[in-house]
Amino acid sequence: MAKVKFEVPELTGEIAIPGLKEDAAAAVKSHNAPAKDMTDLGFPTELVPDWKEKAVAKFAELLKKYRSLKVFMDICVKCGACTDKCHFYLGTKDPRNMPVARAELLRKVYRRYFTTAGKVLGKLAEAEDLTREVMEEWYTYFYQCTECRRCSLFCPYGIDTAEITMAAREIMDTVGLGAKYPLQTINKAITIGNNLGMPGPAIRSTLDFMEEDVKEQTGVPVKFPMDVKGADVLLITPSADFFATPHVESLAGYAKVFHQAGISWTLSSYASEAGNFGMFNGNYEHMRKIAGRIKVAINELKPKRLIHGECGHAWRVAYSFWNTLIGPFDSLDPKYPAPQHICEFTYDLINRGALKLDKTANDDFVVTFHDSCNVARASRMGNSPGGQFEIPRAIIRATCNKFVDMHPDTIREKTFCCGAGGGLLADEIIDLRIKGVMPRMQAYKAVKDSHGANFFALICAICKAQFTKVFPYYGYEMEEVGGVHQLVSRAIVLGGKEGI
Amino acid sequence: MPTIEFKGKTYEVDEDGYLINLNDWNEDVAGFLAEQEEVEMTPAHWEVVNFLRDYYAEYKIAPMIKILVKAIGAKLGPEKGNTKYLYQLYPAGPAKQACKIAGLPKPTGCV
Ligand code: SF4
Ligand code: SF4
Ligand code: SF4
Repeated sequence: MAKVKFEVPELTGEIAIPGLKEDAAAAVKSHNAPAKDMTDLGFPTELVPDWKEKAVAKFAELLKKYRSLKVFMDICVKCGACTDKCHFYLGTKDPRNMPVARAELLRKVYRRYFTTAGKVLGKLAEAEDLTREVMEEWYTYFYQCTECRRCSLFCPYGIDTAEITMAAREIMDTVGLGAKYPLQTINKAITIGNNLGMPGPAIRSTLDFMEEDVKEQTGVPVKFPMDVKGADVLLITPSADFFATPHVESLAGYAKVFHQAGISWTLSSYASEAGNFGMFNGNYEHMRKIAGRIKVAINELKPKRLIHGECGHAWRVAYSFWNTLIGPFDSLDPKYPAPQHICEFTYDLINRGALKLDKTANDDFVVTFHDSCNVARASRMGNSPGGQFEIPRAIIRATCNKFVDMHPDTIREKTFCCGAGGGLLADEIIDLRIKGVMPRMQAYKAVKDSHGANFFALICAICKAQFTKVFPYYGYEMEEVGGVHQLVSRAIVLGGKEGI
Repeated sequence: MPTIEFKGKTYEVDEDGYLINLNDWNEDVAGFLAEQEEVEMTPAHWEVVNFLRDYYAEYKIAPMIKILVKAIGAKLGPEKGNTKYLYQLYPAGPAKQACKIAGLPKPTGCV
């Protein structure tokens, strides 16, 4: 399996709407989850004999539980506004990757079992039996959706295909059809405390290394504390920040900001993950278990504030669900938002003049910023609408002299996904990931040509992993990919005035 | 469970070809896995593999890339202590490809 060559879309700087290529992505399939992970997570290890009845029953349960799902099943008028808005359709040309077609996979089964017309008229009413083939189609195409919600932005009825995908995956899990990458990750997060499965001593070894490394680079003894009781801030960040490049450069950035602000902080070895893949598969129980570790860490370490590192979907979970999952945060200091995004925290310090930033440290770079979908379309930052767009850009502008935005149709709420969110950052579907990132790459190519852009700034661990992987396929250096706090890390002037 | 055959012995691997049992590994098997990956093992390649195995034995996970980079720089000279050099050795990525040859599980998460 060494050197498989993939067909990489040509970069022109334009996003063209492709001609249809039936079944173009039909062979792209995520690996099935190993029996152990299925069992651990409370799912059958393989398709159960009465899978059809079970699936229809689960579907009924979800329709009852989520009124929005039922509405999304009923109200699509097939206007077509969403068809060319999905990066996977644009990249693969497969018509079943059009959002309306993806949703239709579930909808036709909905009609058959839950509407009178469908029950009576069957195919005439565009209803279809749930067969093994239909289930296979579900497995293929609901694992070709990153739940990025770009389509919903353009739908006149606000139909959220991401929610439809989550429901379909939840139904499949229940009858024994699970995907390896998301479920294995969920299992590790629940049992070990982070997506990588990194034990505490391994994290500590990494943090020791970082302390030495930063000391060597700057001469300043910046601390990377873990499990410190009574620290002011508990930082919850993706475990990739303890392992991968460029993720770890942002971790250095957070540490330097805390150091310079004179605010004590700590990581937790028990709650060592911000990410929460439970959301990707629509499973509230898994979400609650993963987030539950954070509650335990708060009780043990007794911080005053809860700050969240650079991660897209995780911020959505933190912003929208933590309060219900593990709140209320009564023990925290009510003066501060809980949780607070690291970008909000750094932005606030910059505004108060508490950080000295030397922009020339980033003079090698012409920086552009990729809005992560889950931050852009499913959460917020700061106190005013659009803060999630302005705050990261304001930080970048404070850390470098040259910043350029990509085409307006591809940023802010209209941002294109990296092509690997939603549990799709799996190696076996790299072909899909390369194609799905095409619209974003075209927009980057355009600012490369026009402005010489050469630094692609991110606030999401999955985005960072995906772009470092796919850039070389498109002929770009993986070193062009980095975090917003990586820029902060390079520009921040340590020492001198400490504290606020 | 998929398997691979090598010198008359059968080894359990996962869907991506990573050895399931840590103890199945030996230099012979590593050579075979490297061949499949189209990686020609040189002393520098072995340095990486040995470092990964030692680190894993202590921490139950592969080291962060930055740690590997520094260790290789210390062993083979500062001009080789960079990510580029590691990608020259293991074009499909030092973490994933080198771990496979070292008989370690694939590091997965948001990486
Ligand atoms: S949520 Fe995103 S990936 Fe899924 S169908 Fe809509 S645009 Fe495509
Ligand atoms: S835009 Fe909305 S209503 Fe129109 S086809 Fe797409 S999902 Fe249906
Ligand atoms: S990984 Fe990043 S770009 Fe992709 S869906 Fe998540 S937030 Fe969006």
